Amino acid sequence: MTRVAKAASISAFLAVVFILVPVLIIATGRTDLYYTLTSVALLSIASAGVWLTFFIGRINIGQGAYALMGGYVSAILVVNYGVSFWLTLPLAGLFCAAASILIGYPILRLRGVYFAMVTLVLTEVARLLALALPITNGAKGMVSIPLPGALSIFGVTIIPNFAGMQSPRLAFYLLAVTMMVLCFAAMYRLVNSRIGKLCQSLQQNEELASSIGVNIAYLRVIAYAISSFFGGVAGAIFAAISQSIYPSSFTVTDSINFMLNCFFGGLGYVFGPMLGTLVLYFGWDLLFQTGKFQLLIYSTLMIVLMLFLPNGLLSLGDLLRKRGSNNG
Amino acid sequence: MVDLLQVSGLTKRFGGLVAVNNVSFTVREKEILAVIGPNGAGKSTLFKLIASFLRPTSGEVLFKGERISDLAPHIAARKGIVRTFQETTIFKNMSVRENVIIAHHLRSKANLLGFFLGTKLAKADEQAFGTSADEILEFLGLSAISSEIAKNLPHGHLRALGIAIGLATNPTILLLDEPFAGMNHDETMKAVAMVRRLRERGLTVLLVEHDMPAVMKISDRIVVINFGEKIAEGTPAEIQSNAKVIEAYLGSEDEAIGL
Repeated sequence: MTRVAKAASISAFLAVVFILVPVLIIATGRTDLYYTLTSVALLSIASAGVWLTFFIGRINIGQGAYALMGGYVSAILVVNYGVSFWLTLPLAGLFCAAASILIGYPILRLRGVYFAMVTLVLTEVARLLALALPITNGAKGMVSIPLPGALSIFGVTIIPNFAGMQSPRLAFYLLAVTMMVLCFAAMYRLVNSRIGKLCQSLQQNEELASSIGVNIAYLRVIAYAISSFFGGVAGAIFAAISQSIYPSSFTVTDSINFMLNCFFGGLGYVFGPMLGTLVLYFGWDLLFQTGKFQLLIYSTLMIVLMLFLPNGLLSLGDLLRKRGSNNG
Repeated sequence: MVDLLQVSGLTKRFGGLVAVNNVSFTVREKEILAVIGPNGAGKSTLFKLIASFLRPTSGEVLFKGERISDLAPHIAARKGIVRTFQETTIFKNMSVRENVIIAHHLRSKANLLGFFLGTKLAKADEQAFGTSADEILEFLGLSAISSEIAKNLPHGHLRALGIAIGLATNPTILLLDEPFAGMNHDETMKAVAMVRRLRERGLTVLLVEHDMPAVMKISDRIVVINFGEKIAEGTPAEIQSNAKVIEAYLGSEDEAIGL
């Protein structure tokens, strides 16, 4: 893509998510879509983290653990210590990143299905911890978390108090989408910088990577920490929107869904998890009308897609382009 | 000549199996030294021990007088001991040029954050690596295929790419794992010439190899390993007439030793 085309598509995307979507929702009165799209944006942030671990050649089914952790960190700080939500947002991310460094250092040595299994267990461990620890309030969870207050820096109010708003839904939507844009912009930069090449070198051959002087253990942990940071941030915003968090807020199913979002969108494309989350989330809702066949149709479609488009939805574009150039 | 690498009393046990048993030899600066031996003699283990991919059970490897045996492979690489791989170990889904550029990682002055932010230092690195990669590809005769995706390359080119990756790290001593394996006569002759040119570049080359005629042609000195132990060391002529070596290869001495 040329520079101009790139700038044009970025502006078009920003215009759609920040202007067109809210305008359409207000025009049609379908304010329920705010919540749906906010969820998509947040889930895609968590999925982006999973994508990043795929990018270093690890199957991560443990993102739910970090989303849960992030949610609790934010909730506990806001409820028990009266910390501003805006401060807890980066803190939740950093807490998850720190935890993932401790957890990741030993387990990232594992490869393939072994790493996947350990991360799967991680989600369950996080849930059980949330049930057992005194600070997380057990099965009752943390409820009535206050809405985010105003954010002001040097006396200038940057973000108004959510509680005083006419439509906090719109505010949450804008917050989630902004975070999504920031997160994917960072990922895009990461992947297209030299770090991306280093990650690919890990994915393709760890032994060779270390023989050319790449500190593979360090790089793996860094990538995993960034991945968990995304999970934590997404979890923290989720807790703020639903004003509650329970041990069952993020379960193994969520962890698996994060992974499926990546597969569905395409593991070779930075924006794969975003598209995957959008399509799968809405696809699942659309299939709701089929009643008891919902899961059956959903799973069948997933299998068909993985058989015929193993590189995800976004690979369709590449295939068509190739066909076009062959015919031309 | 100066001793660059000293292998002393190197031993590696895997459970009850002694893969390498008390092996000592030295590699001098700018020489081509070959380690040979029958299948399963422990060559590959020895090779991994030297490149710090394995830790020895006892004994040590000294590089310029400094013990390197307990270092992580990437640290050993940083010190100047770089290995290539036996099989076609490359970054399959990258182009040839990308493979060589990424292998310049050791020379980068910028850090990870610098790469992310695209600092001046990182950009200067990119520029320098590109130039250097092109020079290496030219040197190894790979310029014409620099934009090919590595997994599509034929065997001989893959081996050359492996060496290009090794060269990009700017090693003092390059460890080649069976550089001539699976090559026909012509390819081997080309590869032999290539290894000679590596030495002309100022490198010290340590290679583990099966192909006896090639080894005899290329090496300054040869170390022979059998059942994990060193049974002989010397110039190609000395090795060819060594009784122990002939015994180790008994039954196939003619073709195997290149007599």
